Amino acid sequence: MSLGDSSTELGKVRGLGSAREGGEHWIGERVSSIALLLLGVWLIASLLFLPALDHATVSEWLRTPLGAVPMALFVITSFYHGLDGLKVVVDDYVHEPGNNFALNTALLFLAVGGAAFALFALAKVALGGAA
Amino acid sequence: MAEQRARPLSPHLGIWRWGPGMTASIFHRISGGALTVAGLAVLTWWLMSLADGSDAYGDFSAIAGTWVGLVVLIGLTWAFFQHLLSGIRHLVTDAGENLELRGNKASAIATFVGALLLTAALWFYILGVAK
Repeated sequence: MSLGDSSTELGKVRGLGSAREGGEHWIGERVSSIALLLLGVWLIASLLFLPALDHATVSEWLRTPLGAVPMALFVITSFYHGLDGLKVVVDDYVHEPGNNFALNTALLFLAVGGAAFALFALAKVALGGAA
Repeated sequence: MAEQRARPLSPHLGIWRWGPGMTASIFHRISGGALTVAGLAVLTWWLMSLADGSDAYGDFSAIAGTWVGLVVLIGLTWAFFQHLLSGIRHLVTDAGENLELRGNKASAIATFVGALLLTAALWFYILGVAK
């Protein structure tokens, strides 16, 4: 079973799930949760073990590959997983198709926009050189 | 075409006696929503202030250090641990394990106890060091 082909064996035989789609979404939510388990614990531990949380110390940490790369992965994965989760909530409670589409589209734009701003800021710090 | 008869519905929220499993379920949703909306906003704000320079970062730190800021950060820490432990419990049940009543109930209670203990331990440590 790979990420792109996530139907169960029975689902494949019948050619559908209850929603006829969505296996990838379900698997993706769980795979990203495992990634965030690692990255989230890494982030908290890293902040805890930094000697200080002032501008110079944090910037210096995020200029190292072992600071910047996991942070970029955390930003991407947390926005992805957060959007996935909110989509499930919206699909559960907002049944009118137009409202559902509007809300899911707004959340998609917010998540992609937020992630882009966070990644730009991180890149500026990581690649900016010593201030 | 035959007229659509009202189909029998499964019993919904009001009919069940409230239990740890249901509480863990709704708290998983609430903590996930809080982490996505408030957590990602704080994360993005933090990175942007870091990229903006030490003045902007100082503003962020000052706000984070107020009572309101600390309540938000401690709340997000608690939501993180609650969602993390509850998420692990979900991954286990997704794999078809721990579905017996006794173990399932015990694990639901364990997510609340564990999240509170981890949050308390982390913040006692942080506030102790900061003194």
